[in-house]
Amino acid sequence: MSTLPPHVRLANEIADQVRHLDPDEAAAFIANHLRSFWERRMLHALLTHVDAGGADLDPLAAAAAARLRQPA
Amino acid sequence: MSLLKEPDLGTPGRKGEPTVEVEIDGVGVAVPEGTSVMRAAALAGVDVPKLCATDSLEPFGSCRLCLVEVDGVKGTPASCTTPVRPGMTVRTQTPKLAKLRRGVMELYISDHPLDCLTCSANGDCELQDMAGVTGLRDVRYGVGEGEHHLDAPTDTSNPYFDFDASKCIACSRCVRACNEVQGTFALTISGRGFDSHVSPGQDQPFMDSECVSCGACVQACPTATLQEKSVVDLGMPNRTVLTTCAYCGVGCSFKAELRGDEVVRMVPYKDGGANEGHSCVKGRFAFGYASHPDRQLNPMVRDTIADEWREVSWEEAISTVATRMRDIQERHGTGAIGGITSSRCTDEEVYVVQKMVRAAFGNNNVDTCARVCHSPTGYGLKQTFGTSAGTQDFKSVAESDVIMVIGANPTDAHPVFASRMKRRLREGAKLIVIDPRRIDLVRSPHVEAQHHLTLAPGTNVAIVNALAHVVVTEGLVAEDFVADRCEDFDEWREFIARPENSPEALAEVTGVPAAEVRAAARLYAAGPNSAIYYGLGVTEHSQGSTMVMGMANLAMATGNVGRDGVGVNPLRGQNNVQGSCDMGSFPHELPGYRHVADENVRDIYEKLWGTPILPEPGLRIPNMFDAAIDGSFRALFVQGEDIAQSDPNTQHVHKALESLELVVVQDLFLNETAKFAHVFLPGTSFLEKDGTFINAERRINRVRPVMRPKTGKHEWEIVCEIAQAMGYPMTYENTSQIMDEIALTTPTFSGVSFELLDRVGSVQWPCNENAPLGTPIMHEETFVRGKGRFMPTVYVPTKERSTRKFPLILTTGRILSQYNVGAQTRRTANVAWHPEDVLEIHPHDAEVRGITEGAMVSLASRVGQTSLRAKLSDRMPVGVVYTTFHHPVTGANVVTTEHSDWATNCPEYKVTAVQVGLLSVTAPTEERAERAPVPVAGN
Ligand code: SF4
Ligand code: SF4
Ligand code: SF4
Ligand code: FES
Repeated sequence: MSTLPPHVRLANEIADQVRHLDPDEAAAFIANHLRSFWERRMLHALLTHVDAGGADLDPLAAAAAARLRQPA
Repeated sequence: MSLLKEPDLGTPGRKGEPTVEVEIDGVGVAVPEGTSVMRAAALAGVDVPKLCATDSLEPFGSCRLCLVEVDGVKGTPASCTTPVRPGMTVRTQTPKLAKLRRGVMELYISDHPLDCLTCSANGDCELQDMAGVTGLRDVRYGVGEGEHHLDAPTDTSNPYFDFDASKCIACSRCVRACNEVQGTFALTISGRGFDSHVSPGQDQPFMDSECVSCGACVQACPTATLQEKSVVDLGMPNRTVLTTCAYCGVGCSFKAELRGDEVVRMVPYKDGGANEGHSCVKGRFAFGYASHPDRQLNPMVRDTIADEWREVSWEEAISTVATRMRDIQERHGTGAIGGITSSRCTDEEVYVVQKMVRAAFGNNNVDTCARVCHSPTGYGLKQTFGTSAGTQDFKSVAESDVIMVIGANPTDAHPVFASRMKRRLREGAKLIVIDPRRIDLVRSPHVEAQHHLTLAPGTNVAIVNALAHVVVTEGLVAEDFVADRCEDFDEWREFIARPENSPEALAEVTGVPAAEVRAAARLYAAGPNSAIYYGLGVTEHSQGSTMVMGMANLAMATGNVGRDGVGVNPLRGQNNVQGSCDMGSFPHELPGYRHVADENVRDIYEKLWGTPILPEPGLRIPNMFDAAIDGSFRALFVQGEDIAQSDPNTQHVHKALESLELVVVQDLFLNETAKFAHVFLPGTSFLEKDGTFINAERRINRVRPVMRPKTGKHEWEIVCEIAQAMGYPMTYENTSQIMDEIALTTPTFSGVSFELLDRVGSVQWPCNENAPLGTPIMHEETFVRGKGRFMPTVYVPTKERSTRKFPLILTTGRILSQYNVGAQTRRTANVAWHPEDVLEIHPHDAEVRGITEGAMVSLASRVGQTSLRAKLSDRMPVGVVYTTFHHPVTGANVVTTEHSDWATNCPEYKVTAVQVGLLSVTAPTEERAERAPVPVAGN
């Protein structure tokens, strides 16, 4: 059983799919995907996780999280 | 309406313009070339007597009752087997013909019991009719002297129909129906003349034969030889209600035939767009669950799930839901509650639930059980084609030259469509099957797949990339189509042509020899008409959405989109998966797949509903479970889905449900989810519903009630009353008003109304001013999104892998006679075919574990364990085991994991690392025996 919190596990799974892209493009894709499909409290949990050091979070997902803080 | 008898024109229609003019009994008529004289006569309003002919089957010419005279032709040809010729003059009624026909009838009757008055088919027997039509008055040969059939025994082995061989006239209609319509080839007719007799298989009882109980033979039989048991028991029905099957995504149209309020039988409707007169065992016979005593008919409440249920009035149940929902919102915020819609309910019922969530709950926390089946179809087809919809109508398969079936098992899960497909394959279309398991289609009577790519579970994307690689690198691209109709091709071409996507490079991953992949790709690309049909074996993977895009890429690259015979087609699981998705059941989309962030779309609903709509997506089902466990999500309304049984990782789901303050279940039965519920709102069966279902070909079919709701209330009324009690005004007088609101707000439905459906039967959306009668084939001129978009699809292996501890891969599926979690089918005599879920295991894997046929085995993954019976089978490759999920006792989802499609969180049901061990070689445990469902005879 995965011990990662769901928002980290799910964000990492998306990151896995775009690893072939240029990192900026990948982060933009993930951020866009999260904005389109994730509910507010999941986004919040992800950002809080990043603030707390972002343990186990894929760097691409972390970069996407940073973009989420900027206006769309 | 009174009993609807559809006209029978004797032989099937022929394609083409009516260019051949003939005269029949003085009446002129023009018909397409190849039409029989019999059919031309029927179209001219002249009925020719017949027994062995019926318009669902090719003519056979055995009974000689349909003889006619043709000017300039010697003798009396059989009108059913004689095609029209230009200028033909035909006479169907002459003294000579009358005498010949009487002679034929005399022979038949001499070998037929004369018990018409007490026969179950009295009034519905073609033999009886023909005796009348031909004016038979006496029988010279002495009735019963034939003695060939009269003492033949009756086979009652099938739970739904009897075979009384004494009444058989050896017309062979049943045999031809089984061959031509159903494609099972279960019946044979042997001997000649009076000696000829029909039997399943090698003179076996029906239940021991290959018969799949589709009912085609029963329907084709002109006498009482093959007769529904319910007709034998209850008598002939006297009225008809046209409606739609509530089981699978084929969406077959049926005539519900009743006596008063009681359904005597369900007969497939010839004018049904999806099925054209065919059916499967579920829709045809397994409707008895609707009146099963297990059905809960009164609302119930309880304070905690440890308490006993208390039956209450509707008022109390509804106010309990409303008060507790609002109370939770006051304490935990607007987003603390949500709802799940069901793909088994009507569009109208689903629409009101999502409206209740968005308008009365004030959030977007609405999701549908399609989350766990076809949500990747929604994502993948929207990205590439522009909308979440299968591209073809079912009929289109008749024009396909190459059919590629990926991760679907149509003969079990979509049987009526499978029959169409098999017919085309028997006509010579080529078949490619991509599936780890050797599904029946790979080798069945007169059908054999050219290629069966037995890929390792979880490697779909690798295979589709390898196929596309061959297309691109071997110069098989439809360059004109791509240049005119698509975008982002060059980037994709560069990606897919990379060596890592070659069949050779991927062979190690997929386990499929490169040469086989190359051959399959060449066949698909050569077409000329190649079609892809796929199922949950595509979507229920960690790369489900990617795979959907991969198939769309392949179809676009070879120009196989936008005309008859081609396309990319999801075979939807439940009856209304398409409709429930269309109706705005996803947390990020309003009806018609329009994102909640789109201000213009929100504006439409905000104006009409008089309330603001949240511009952000809500929680998906798995997110709801996670949020329930973390405490921020507190109440859930569940419409007709058994999430406690059907969703993956049961322990996690149970924990989530246990943490909720309020679970409201609206269902027919006290299902597994109801064990966690505080309010139970009894639902209605399809026989009580009034609305529409939308099948896998986007066909909007009417579901009409044959009786009033047994619970006293329609499901949509209950939902509206909850919304009202929560302070949001929501009223409709009937479901036709709900459809009017759907049409008013959703551009793809703007032309739809009950009035239109009642007039034309059914339409396929988009149905609007551009397509007033609907759209059988999509993307004909342009794609819905304008240009078709190529999407690079990088293969990323699933995280779920076999390990030393869990060395086997489990994949799941379903079988013909049962349906999903089995709540309905387990409450019918269909259990005769599938009394329990079994684990199919390769003999080699079984042997090394000491497992023999029928032994009880344990099935364990890293998240849970269950037990079931083993069935040794070489349908799976070594290392892969397979089970169905129809019975709660087995709880196959106890072992499935949290892995899901990256884009949509559709669970990865199709890949779970497991271990299997021998428990005992004996019978089931007592608990299993005790909880086994009780079959209901005759239902
Ligand atoms: S019920 Fe269907 S499968 Fe069985 S014998 Fe009749 S036609 Fe064939
Ligand atoms: S069982 Fe019915 S359909 Fe079949 S040969 Fe006999 S009479 Fe004809
Ligand atoms: S279950 Fe599917 S194929 Fe069978 S009758 Fe119903 S809609 Fe048709
Ligand atoms: S109906 Fe033509 S030969 Fe039987």
